[in-house]
Amino acid sequence: MPDFWFFLEVLVGGLLSGTMYALVALGFVLIYKASSVFNFAQGAMVFFAVLSFVGFMELGLPFWAALPVTVGLMILVGMGTERFVLRPLVNQSEDTLLMATIGLAFVIEGVAQLAWGVDVRRLDLGIRDEPINWVMDKTGMLVSQLDVTAALVAGIMVAALALLFSHTKVGRGLRAVADDHAAALSIGIPLKHIWMLVWATAGVVALVAGMLWGARSGVQFALVWVALKALPVLIIGGFTSVPGVILAGLIVGAIEKIGEVFIGPYVGGGIEGWSPYMLAVLFLLIRPEGLFGEKIIRRV
Amino acid sequence: MNVSVAPAVDRSAAVQAAAQPPVLAVKNIEVIYNHVILVLRGVSLEVPQGKIVALLGGNGAGKSTTLKSISTLLASERGAVTKGSIEFRGQRTDQLTPGELVGMGLVQVMEGRHCFGHLTAEENLITGAYARSIGRAQLREELDRIYAYFPRLKVRRSSLAGYTSGGEQQMIAIGRAMMAKPSMLLLDEPSMGLAPQIVAEIFEIVRDLNQKEGVSILLAEQNTNVALKYADYGYILESGRIMLDGPAKALAENKDVKEFYLGMSSEGRKSFRDMKSYRRRKRWV
Ligand SMILES: Nc1ncnc2c1ncn2[C@@H]1O[C@H](COP(=O)(O)OP(=O)(O)OP(=O)(O)O)[C@@H](O)[C@H]1O
Ligand SMILES: [Mg+2]
Repeated sequence: MPDFWFFLEVLVGGLLSGTMYALVALGFVLIYKASSVFNFAQGAMVFFAVLSFVGFMELGLPFWAALPVTVGLMILVGMGTERFVLRPLVNQSEDTLLMATIGLAFVIEGVAQLAWGVDVRRLDLGIRDEPINWVMDKTGMLVSQLDVTAALVAGIMVAALALLFSHTKVGRGLRAVADDHAAALSIGIPLKHIWMLVWATAGVVALVAGMLWGARSGVQFALVWVALKALPVLIIGGFTSVPGVILAGLIVGAIEKIGEVFIGPYVGGGIEGWSPYMLAVLFLLIRPEGLFGEKIIRRV
Repeated sequence: MNVSVAPAVDRSAAVQAAAQPPVLAVKNIEVIYNHVILVLRGVSLEVPQGKIVALLGGNGAGKSTTLKSISTLLASERGAVTKGSIEFRGQRTDQLTPGELVGMGLVQVMEGRHCFGHLTAEENLITGAYARSIGRAQLREELDRIYAYFPRLKVRRSSLAGYTSGGEQQMIAIGRAMMAKPSMLLLDEPSMGLAPQIVAEIFEIVRDLNQKEGVSILLAEQNTNVALKYADYGYILESGRIMLDGPAKALAENKDVKEFYLGMSSEGRKSFRDMKSYRRRKRWV
């Protein structure tokens, strides 16, 4: 097999897994843009969402019933978080809100395990983590079916959200709130509704991300740490930029795979773990607002 | 010290004012930020139906604080009205949210314009009608109504507001507020940072809105000269107190106002430094 095809294979694999980082990061960005809350609990929500989904299936619900039930549950969790944790803290400093979401993360993780147990589950979406045959025949590249499906689902999700934001009244309201809270308040956009919508959406995004990750690497507590991979993605993409984190997710996915395969052997491996953070630190030094993020301006 | 400069007031106007209660009545309010910083020390003012009232004063006098007390935007800045009351159309506003007041017809245009930079000029205008449930056709109609007042915005309708000029942003902010169909506007320093011709253009439109839409206006301004030219009545605020009030014409002719706020005196223009030291002396004596 020529080297070129092998490089491409690694790159594609990286990009595909990158879409999932982007999806997790997207949940953060939505909430951060609309309410300046850094939602530390996003990882916990991912875990809770997919664990609940698998739990409902174990209770005997078929896939197509478990999905809407879990979507409903995540909407409730998102809205409840906004209503009972964040709204009482409105006008507090960003640090206070961050602390609240750290606490919330532990609560959600605890509740998830209490309700559904601590065992590692398998999530079978009926798609194998196996190479697509015709790609292999044509080019010799090994491209996983599961990765491609995950990327497609993530892509559809992002496109749907983009349409929601650009073409609906609430979407316009949401962008207005993200741009300028005070101005939105002054013309009577109901911030509370917008915040609830954002949290509910973040809950659903968490479910989709959790299902894709869970199908790949099992439904387990370690999913919480996937959220930590979202941190470098956020730094690189910029906390306030949806296109930024999508691109950054792809970059992080590609860099870690390429680093692992081509540079790893020379330095003894393990690059996959730390290369995204290296890149993030570089960005912090050179371009702290991220790829497309706005310059950080404290609003009064 | 409270110099009253109400000379021979027009009788019929006085009778009319007595017959019709003011749209807005601020009664002796005291405002404290962060529980400790006392900023307003007993401010009272009234805005009669359909009039333009100017609230004048230098940096930090408390103009914005007064407007934010009225619109209740103050609450989100850790400020609170600790004494006195504010009534809009006879109803106390202290328990209301900014959104509820918008619904009742009171909208503030904040200092510094605050456009939604990533939304187009037209989208900015549309968000002004967010709280009203109107259909597409009516929305279109309302947009055209606003464009008639601000023809420049029609040209710039699809530009991102963040990339429009300062004057255009001010127009977007005022137009956006008008999309809520208010009966009263609170305008906070619409002249800020704008060239004189643009300021004049904007004030002409504001007067137009006042006359054709019948919207009452409370206008906070540092630009005393322009504000008194367009206002019917004026209040002068200093260090959180109303120092002077009267019909705009009388204020513009007043010796103290000329000296302190219009930069003139009987000996002609005084230097800024003279004015400042004189002010300082006056305050401390
Ligand atoms: N959020 C706040 N917290 C604490 N103090 C504040 C706050 N906002 C304003 N102040 C103080 O209150 C005083 C009045 O401010 P305000 O903004 O009302 O003045 P202003 O007349 O609008 O001035 P300018 O013409 O500069 O806009 C100032 O001394 C200011 O420092
Ligand atoms: Mg001000």
